Amino acid sequence: MKERIDKLGAQFSEALAKVSDTEALENLRLEFMSKKGYVSDLMKELGKVPNEQKKEVGQMINSFKQEITERFDTKKEELVKLQEQMLIESAESYDESLPTDYPCGSYHPITLVQRELEDIFESMGFDIEDYSEVVTDFECFEGVNIPKFHPARDMQDTYYLTSANQLLKSHTSAAQNAILRKYGDALKKDGRPIRAVFPGRCFRNEAVDASHDNTFFQMEGVMVDKDISISNLIYFMKTMLSEVFGREVTVRLRPGFFPFVEPGFELDIKCLNCGGTGCPSCGNSGWLELCPCGMIHPNVLKLGGINTDDDPFEYTGFAFGLGLTRLAMMKYGVKDIRTFNDCDLNALSQFIG
Amino acid sequence: MYVSMNWIKDFVDLDGEDIEQLIQRFTLSTAEVEGIEFKGRNVKDVVVGEIVSCEDHPDSDHLHVLKVDAGDQVYDVVCGAPNARLGIKTAFVKVGGQVGDMKIKAAKLRGVESFGMCCSAKELGISDDHSGIMEIDPSYANGTDLKTIYPVDDVIFEVDNKSLTNRPDLWGHYGMAREFAALTGKTLKELPVKESDYTGDAEVPVEIRNKDLVFRYSSVRIENITKNVSPVEMQVRLYYCGMRAINLLADITNYIMLELGQPMHAFNGDKMSKIVVDTPKEDMKFTTLDGQERDITTDTLMIWDGDVPTGIAGIMGGLDSEIVDDTHSVMLESANFDGVSIRKSASRMGLRTDASARYEKTLDPEMTMTAVKRFIRLLFDADPGMKCTTNITDIYVKKYPELTVSFDKKFIDRYTGIDISSDQIEKTLTNLGFAITRNGDDFKAGIPSWRATKDVSMKADIVEEITRIYGYDNFEIKTTLSPIIPAKTTVRRSEEDRIKDLLVKTYKCHEIHTRVWCDPDAMKDLGLTPEDNVKLLQASEEKGTGILRTSMMECLLPAVKQNMNFATEYGIFEIGRTFKGTKEDGTADEHRNMALCLYSKDRSEKTLYVEAVQIVNAIVSQLKHKKAAYAKTECSHAWQHPKNTANILADGKVIGVLNTLYPSVRTKIAKNAYVVCIEIDMDALLEVPAAELEYAQPSIYPTVDYDLSLVIPEGIRFESIEKCWNDLKIKELNKVSVIDMYEALDIKSIAVRFSFVAPDRTLTGEEVQGNMDRIIENLSKLNVNLKA
Repeated sequence: MKERIDKLGAQFSEALAKVSDTEALENLRLEFMSKKGYVSDLMKELGKVPNEQKKEVGQMINSFKQEITERFDTKKEELVKLQEQMLIESAESYDESLPTDYPCGSYHPITLVQRELEDIFESMGFDIEDYSEVVTDFECFEGVNIPKFHPARDMQDTYYLTSANQLLKSHTSAAQNAILRKYGDALKKDGRPIRAVFPGRCFRNEAVDASHDNTFFQMEGVMVDKDISISNLIYFMKTMLSEVFGREVTVRLRPGFFPFVEPGFELDIKCLNCGGTGCPSCGNSGWLELCPCGMIHPNVLKLGGINTDDDPFEYTGFAFGLGLTRLAMMKYGVKDIRTFNDCDLNALSQFIG
Repeated sequence: MYVSMNWIKDFVDLDGEDIEQLIQRFTLSTAEVEGIEFKGRNVKDVVVGEIVSCEDHPDSDHLHVLKVDAGDQVYDVVCGAPNARLGIKTAFVKVGGQVGDMKIKAAKLRGVESFGMCCSAKELGISDDHSGIMEIDPSYANGTDLKTIYPVDDVIFEVDNKSLTNRPDLWGHYGMAREFAALTGKTLKELPVKESDYTGDAEVPVEIRNKDLVFRYSSVRIENITKNVSPVEMQVRLYYCGMRAINLLADITNYIMLELGQPMHAFNGDKMSKIVVDTPKEDMKFTTLDGQERDITTDTLMIWDGDVPTGIAGIMGGLDSEIVDDTHSVMLESANFDGVSIRKSASRMGLRTDASARYEKTLDPEMTMTAVKRFIRLLFDADPGMKCTTNITDIYVKKYPELTVSFDKKFIDRYTGIDISSDQIEKTLTNLGFAITRNGDDFKAGIPSWRATKDVSMKADIVEEITRIYGYDNFEIKTTLSPIIPAKTTVRRSEEDRIKDLLVKTYKCHEIHTRVWCDPDAMKDLGLTPEDNVKLLQASEEKGTGILRTSMMECLLPAVKQNMNFATEYGIFEIGRTFKGTKEDGTADEHRNMALCLYSKDRSEKTLYVEAVQIVNAIVSQLKHKKAAYAKTECSHAWQHPKNTANILADGKVIGVLNTLYPSVRTKIAKNAYVVCIEIDMDALLEVPAAELEYAQPSIYPTVDYDLSLVIPEGIRFESIEKCWNDLKIKELNKVSVIDMYEALDIKSIAVRFSFVAPDRTLTGEEVQGNMDRIIENLSKLNVNLKA
């Protein structure tokens, strides 16, 4: 019996060495281990073995069985590894640097800048308002203290319409009167300060060139409450602009004349490019003129129904104007303002978000 | 406007002040300075030199060889000036010296050595006279530094005129000097003037016929004028401030304009008999002193000599009354005209002058008398032989009211948010010329006439005066104490944002901006013309421009054509305003619309149309949780296709329109491409209430799918087929989807998958079959049969 087992063992070793794939291995396993395999044959023959040897021979068969099972498993593992190795080696190494040409849409750059600003203002508690593009002479001029014969009201500057006493708004301030009226009640009854920004398209009768367009975007903001001061205005502008530019900005105010504010200011920020030492982008002055602002003119507050003649200074507030188009030009380095309204997808499709 | 610091120093003592820093403060407190120029910094070693020998250059037909006595020694100099001659004194630049960019070195000119250069006034930088070398008063000793004779050294700064619009008082040096006095706390000196020494009764004959447009007219007649060249100091200042010296009388009027801001006109006293101020009765022509013939309308204020027009008031004099070099007598005009009228006349004629630019700022009428007296002073100083032959005639037609503003420190504190002392308030306002009465912290401020024409009238204006001199840089800044109440995003805005996001991110469309008016040329390329609508007053009937758009498509379709070469397929969209004529009250009927054009060379019109429907469905379902519906409609615009123009409905209300293009318009965009248009009225969409999102618990039981292949008869729309199962209201019918559509041999067929599921049990085959039988029965009534 022992010789038979040894012979079978040698036979298995020889066959196993020749096995090179899992299929052959399985065949070999069946040859030895199936019900009709050699090991079964051995077990059957065990019956013929004299009783006193049965235990010893039985153990021999079992350990043989165990041995080839182990060797079989090891071989199987080896083969699987080998196969995986082959799969890996034959696999293609992909090129991530291939151009992907993913078609995508684009936002108008004004939309991108406007959204950014709106998010900032919303986080500061401002309502975001919208206004019509056609407004009355009152809304655009009288209501914001621009007197009858002011040059801004000339036809050379403003697009008047054939419809009754209307025009295309020449600045977002045209919405001020309506905004003050809309929120005035909540201010006076509930003490809810007026805080609103209103972005919008504006129009001026202007010859179009690389730095002038007759259609452009502004964003105007107002804040009105009791005891709003110039000190508050400067603080707010500094904080707000630091948010807009994503870093601390240095501001300075100069007197500026706008009929709807008193005092009115031109606000400059220290040039972000050169830090104030002077460079081409700030015309070597170190400062960039950024936005007009000021304390809302008492007449504007009165016309907006906020104050009465009894106390024309009961509520005070400030207003500021941001040139969205100008900010977009600064942000994206757009040199020609016409890019915004020229509908050229070669330019606009780059603003993917 | 150019400002000379030398001139400013005539009126305020700035010794010991850092001039550059002061000009910086001026920017922050008064008006924007655009640039500073240091005159004379590039003039070095220029002295009086006497030509003691002058011979022709042996090798040139125009050069001279000079010997110049410059005090310290005699120099050999080669000079090409035509006026170089023996005996004159001139400006001589020594070797090592400099004028402008020229650094003087010893040089050989055509073989003759030259040590130094004789220079012209232009080379010295004090004039544009380049006709020859300077000729200097021989009483100056040779070797005298030129800078001690002429005011070559000066600091000139330029102020942005726009920042002076509301400051009529700053259109002259005297007003500017007042600012510097306030900034430094120094006293403003009086302006030297001289009264008329005439003692008789004679007046200048002046008649103001149009009293609406004239505030004041002051005049005097001066005779016996013999000099005609102005002093060099005056010439240099005029030149530094951007004007040219002409002759004594013209120079003094210009000088006073730059000094006081008061425009003046000197009429030739020999030619003028009576000054009349009036508008013409009818339109006329008039030749101004620049030789141009101008159209004068009946609302243009004119100056007349009796009945003969002689000048356009406040803008420009006439050719005939011009002062010439041999004028011996003048009639002076120092007047104040209505600013608006001057501005309108000037802009109508396209003739904006230094005078009109000042008048339109509403000048202080109090100045006219001062200006006349200043004129007498300056003329007398230059030509002591002159004689006033009339009294100073003064017709004061209209006066501005005198204004006083009362306020207290508490108000100033509240408005500024900082603490500025009462003493400082008083000092600042006093320095600026306000008449202050103070009782503790209570103030009364009389507004000076030069600020009272429009600029300062109330408390807020006073705050500005105090704070700008205080300096905004010195403000302690604080946040507001107002409660922060979070703002809510408006639905209106979020709808716009969500549509933009959907179109850009899911449908790869590009957002553009077009103008609100039509471009008739671009539309013509598509065979379209702007539809009748509200127009700009600036519209041109002939060119068809200036008509507002009735539909976004009037602007979007040209943009589609414009981008034809961008890609074979793209979508462009815009949210903008359109105008549907006027409303009942005559005002423009403005709408906020979203418009989208899908363009493709690659796909069929039908596929494109289906995508457009998908987009609209997506918009309505995402924003409103509702299903959009469609109804074919008549075309309302020339670009719409008669068969494929459909209203978009939500809740049964029309919210927009969907269409393909009219064949000829389409082929004008591109022969081999298709365009499908969507236009949605955003406010109509906004009014559709959003439904709550409906949620159904997914069933844990299996879904049974049942596919049908249907043959669709011609003319049957899917919505009527859909009714066949929708009407049955089968609870277990969970979803119906179209899985295939095909067309072969004129037979249209469609494969539909019906998915059944119940929440509480597994459906049996019989149940599903029973439902399907009812559906098939309904379909057959519609003549929709199963595909064989």
